[in-house]
Amino acid sequence: MTKGIVTVLGKDSVGIIAKICSYMAERNVNVLDIAQTIVSGYFNMMMIVDLSGSSEPIASMTTGLETLGRDIGVVVKLQHEDIFNAMHRI
Amino acid sequence: MITIYEAQETLRMISEANLDVRTITMGINLLDCADDDYGAFCRKIYEKIARKAERLSQVGDDISREYGVPVVNKRISVTPVAIAASGCRCGDYVEVARALDRAAQTTGVNFIGGFSALVHKGVTSEDRKLLDSIPQALAETERVCSSVNAASTRSGINVDAVNRVARLLKETAAMTQERDSIGCAKFVVFCNAVEDNPFMAGAFHGAGEGDCAINVGVSGPGVVKHALESVRGADFETLCETVKRTAFKITRVGQLVAQEASRRLNVPFGVIDLSLAPTPAIGDSIAEILQEMGLEQPGAPGTTAAVAILNDNVKKGGVMASSYVGGLSGAFIPVSEDHGMIEAVRAGALTLEKLEAMTCVCSVGLDMVAIPGDTSAETLSGIILDEMAIGMINNKTTGVRVIPVVGKNVGDTAEFGGLLGAAPIMEVNRFGCAPFVARGGRIPAPIHSFRN
Repeated sequence: MTKGIVTVLGKDSVGIIAKICSYMAERNVNVLDIAQTIVSGYFNMMMIVDLSGSSEPIASMTTGLETLGRDIGVVVKLQHEDIFNAMHRI
Repeated sequence: MITIYEAQETLRMISEANLDVRTITMGINLLDCADDDYGAFCRKIYEKIARKAERLSQVGDDISREYGVPVVNKRISVTPVAIAASGCRCGDYVEVARALDRAAQTTGVNFIGGFSALVHKGVTSEDRKLLDSIPQALAETERVCSSVNAASTRSGINVDAVNRVARLLKETAAMTQERDSIGCAKFVVFCNAVEDNPFMAGAFHGAGEGDCAINVGVSGPGVVKHALESVRGADFETLCETVKRTAFKITRVGQLVAQEASRRLNVPFGVIDLSLAPTPAIGDSIAEILQEMGLEQPGAPGTTAAVAILNDNVKKGGVMASSYVGGLSGAFIPVSEDHGMIEAVRAGALTLEKLEAMTCVCSVGLDMVAIPGDTSAETLSGIILDEMAIGMINNKTTGVRVIPVVGKNVGDTAEFGGLLGAAPIMEVNRFGCAPFVARGGRIPAPIHSFRN
C-alpha cells in the first residue's frame, strides 16, 4: 500500500475537511485516518490516505491540493508517507 | 503511526528552516569513450552523458514533489578529463569543455564537474594540456566546473602545479573580468580530493568508481539553527546532542531521496555527503548557527571551536542515518553564499587568516573568497600552499576557491549572481612570499603518511 500524508494548516472555517475529502474521493483515494487539533482558531489536521488506487499521480495531486488550499484559505500539503517515516522512525 | 506533531515538525523544517536536499549528483565514467579522433571523443562523451542523465532532472523534480522536500540542484560529475581524453590527438581540451557544457544544457543540470586533472605528484603532457585549457574553458562555458588535485597526504605537495594553478587563476580572472572574474568561481584546487564528492566546483567521478553512481549532498543549516534556538544557554553536552539529533533527521531525508533516485534511475547509490552547505538566503546560513551558539560574529575568538563541534556532531548524527557516507562531509563556508559570513567580513570580524584556521578542523577550504584583482600569482601560490599544507598534515581534504577580482579592491563587492552570490573583497596579507614559492619542485610526503 502506498500511503500519503495530507497536512492542513490555517484558519478554521466551514467545510475544510469536506472539500479535501471530496477531492480525495474524486480521485479514488481512500482516507485511512484523520487527526486534528484547533489551537486558538487555527486548524491543524493530518490525514493518512491510501494512494495505491488513485487515478492521478502523486505529483499532480500535490499541486492540485495546494491550489485547493489556496481557494479555502489554508495550506494543504500531500507528501509520500516515507519522508515522515525516514525522519521519525528508525 | 506518524503523529500530527511529527508531521508538523517535518513541515516546519521544510517551510521555515529551509530543509532541502542540496544536490543529486550523477557520477558518470567517461573512460569507455576513449578515441584518438578528438571530434569522435567529444561526440561520444556528449552522447553518453545525455543518455545516462536524460531523466536525472525529471526524477529529481518528481521526488521533490512527491515527498514535499525541495531537491535544489541536479548535477553531473565525470571522469577527470585529463585522464578520459588522454588518448585524443589534439592541442587542447577546450572542445571537451564545450561538449560538457552542451550535455549539461541538454540534461538540464546547472553544473557539470570533472574538467579536472590529478597532478599531486607529477604532470603528464595531457595534464598540461588540460591546465592550459582551463582559462578559456571557464571563460567560454557556463556550467562546466574545473578542479585540480595538487597535493595529497600520501605524496606531498606539487609546488610546480600549485604555481601553475596560481597563474591560471590570474589568466581566468582576466578573461572573465567583465563579469567580476566569475571564471575563478568555477574552479577549485584541492589537497586530498575525493572521488565521490557531489558538490561543485570540485566534483569529479574518480577512477575507482563504477560506471555510474548517484551521490547526494544533504543540507540544512537553517534546521540546525532552529533546533539550537530551543537550547539557548544550555551546556555543550546539550548543544552537541541537539546538533546530532537534528543531523540524524536531515540525513535520513537525504538517504531516502538518494535511494529513491537510485531506484528510479536504475543507477547504484554511491554516498551521502554530510555537509552543511549554506545558500545566500536568510535562515540558510552557517554564520547564523555560529551566532546562535553564542558568537557575536563568525571570526570572533571561539569560532574555530564552534565550527569543530558543529561539524563533528553533524557527522556523528549523520553517519548513523546513512548506509554510505562519503564525499567531502565537512562544513562549507563559501563566503559569497552565506549572508552572515558576508556581514562578518564587512564588519571586520572575519579575515582570510581566520577562515584558514577553520579549515584546520573541518571546514573544507577557502571557498568563494574574493580578493583584490592585483594580488600577485606568487601570493596566490602562497595562499594555496598554506591550505595544501593543512590538508596534507591533517590527513583531510582542503581546497581553495579564491577569485582575484580584476579591477576591484578591499571595500568593493564582486557580484556573481544566482547560486554563487556576492562577495566582499577580502584583505590579503601584503607581505611577499615570491622567493619561497619560486623554489618550485615538490614538497615531500609528511612522515605520518608512512603507515605501512
